[in-house]
Amino acid sequence: MSQEGASNSRRRFLTGAVGVVGGVGAAYVAVPFLAYWKPSARTKAAGAPVEVDTSTLEPGQKINLTWRGQPVWVIRRSEAAIESLAAMDDTVSDPLSNVSSQQPAYAQNPHRSIDPEYLVLVPICTHLGCIPSYMPQAGSLDADWQGGFFCPCHGSKFDLAGRVYRGVPAPTNLQVPPHRMASNGSLVIGEDPEAA
Amino acid sequence: MSEATTKAQGGLLGWVDARFPLTKMWNEHVGEYYAPKNFNFWYYFGALSLFVLVNQLLTGIWLTMNYNPSAAGAFDSVEYIMRDVEWGWLIRYMHSTGASAFFVVVYLHMFRALLYGSYQKPRELIWIFGMIIYLVLMAEAFMGYMLPWGQMSYWGAQVIISLFGAIPIVGEQLALWIRGDFNISGVTLNRFFALHVVALPLALVGLVVFHILALHEVGSNNPDGVNIKDHKTKDGKPKDGIPFHPYYTVKDTFGLGVFLIFFSAVVFFAPEMGGLFLEPPNFQPANPLQTPEHIAPVWYFTAFYSILRAIPDKFGGVLAMGSAIFLLFLLPWIDRGKVRSIRYRGLGHKVALGLFAVAFVCLSYLGLKAPSNVYFGLTVTTWAQIWTMVYFGFFAFLFAYTAFGFERTKPVPERVTE
Repeated sequence: MSQEGASNSRRRFLTGAVGVVGGVGAAYVAVPFLAYWKPSARTKAAGAPVEVDTSTLEPGQKINLTWRGQPVWVIRRSEAAIESLAAMDDTVSDPLSNVSSQQPAYAQNPHRSIDPEYLVLVPICTHLGCIPSYMPQAGSLDADWQGGFFCPCHGSKFDLAGRVYRGVPAPTNLQVPPHRMASNGSLVIGEDPEAA
Repeated sequence: MSEATTKAQGGLLGWVDARFPLTKMWNEHVGEYYAPKNFNFWYYFGALSLFVLVNQLLTGIWLTMNYNPSAAGAFDSVEYIMRDVEWGWLIRYMHSTGASAFFVVVYLHMFRALLYGSYQKPRELIWIFGMIIYLVLMAEAFMGYMLPWGQMSYWGAQVIISLFGAIPIVGEQLALWIRGDFNISGVTLNRFFALHVVALPLALVGLVVFHILALHEVGSNNPDGVNIKDHKTKDGKPKDGIPFHPYYTVKDTFGLGVFLIFFSAVVFFAPEMGGLFLEPPNFQPANPLQTPEHIAPVWYFTAFYSILRAIPDKFGGVLAMGSAIFLLFLLPWIDRGKVRSIRYRGLGHKVALGLFAVAFVCLSYLGLKAPSNVYFGLTVTTWAQIWTMVYFGFFAFLFAYTAFGFERTKPVPERVTE
């Protein structure tokens, strides 16, 4: 075929145009392939709120639940434990719970819960996802231990409000999931208080 | 192949050759691929890697026939393969031992490249392809380890995927996207199964082809680090080269025999390797509500795990671990030296490379141990910090040593010496 009279600039434009249009098309096609990996409707539905009866819980005791496939602990703290929290403010790195992703706004308080007595926590270490051990007894880990959570994987420590100690690998406090007190006195995990 | 086959000929081969470059490809990559005549012990591990890859593909396909990739069925189906499927235990142990064997031969293969400067110009792309293979291999091994859905499968995956969560801003969303669930679950298991058995093996095979094509384009390095193409006979063959077949096919077959003795010994007598190849907690089904006392990855990841734990900051640790691998990619440009082989390089490089190897082994060992263990008065964490400094120090030293002319090399011979 004769190449005489062919316009090179026109060919470059056409090549470029095909490239751009094709590229945009490819980007659109990539969306479903990438979005396919997101949690499905069924996975999300499995995250429905969980209701738990706390009336039989004694101070110091813990209930294990699962919500959204994640473990959730409900712990009833003793009066002494709640009072001891203030003394930990200098030991923990975020005493005022300023990292807002780690608790709902209504739990950004010294005891990190709605009801000071009941601590609701996702016990997944904010370092690399291990489950810390619940060690409520003062002195049970070492002489200075005031009770709290200890992660066996990499040694992160948290106090009895799930606040992370300074100088441990975990960067933030343990996560407090949304929760509310139901009218019948039980605790609902996965839902915010209605008026909040 | 005899000389005659290079000419057009009749018969079935002639018929095929007229339609497909069979003889041409054979000659290019095997029959008339001239490799240096002085390959030593270190040169077994490339061919052995290829053999282990074939072992993994074959046993992997067989395992897939009885494996059930669901949270409810995975653990049971692996036990079913072990107990009830004819020879299932053998196929699975060949696969699990093969995974560790893969890393043994690949680490030795990589160390060979460090010893003889096989990453230097003009072999940078061979090295890059090799590093990508190593990276894909790590992903492949990680996802494969998750499939039996034991405690270590689960918690190992939890820790590794949490690493992505350390990336600022997008981290948590990225981890959610990888898991496909709010926590590791059957959803995650299913997609890792798809990647482990289809996507990554395809990528691996393709990369191995690129690795070998790049090698055959520039030619193999050798223990003297000299270019054998500089001295050719009248008919254009390297004087110090010998055809890959039959010379190295026979040599590699011998090496394979020795390798198989060790491999079989592990498969038959120590498939768990004392908890190193298959960790004890993995004999319990995954339990999302309870972390094992002590989480350690399989031995081939522990060097990088040590580096991660050595840094007392989450994102910093992830960054250090990532750069420990990424720096290896840059090695051809970090090393400004012109002499390839360790035989003719300066004393400083010999010492530094030795220390680098020791650091890698020590970090690997430390990664298996609890951070609070004490050796010679120092904790595992402190030791890991020391050896992490040595690991990164190697790259800094190598650049300074070669870029600013501190290295005193020995004269490199014109031809290979043995």
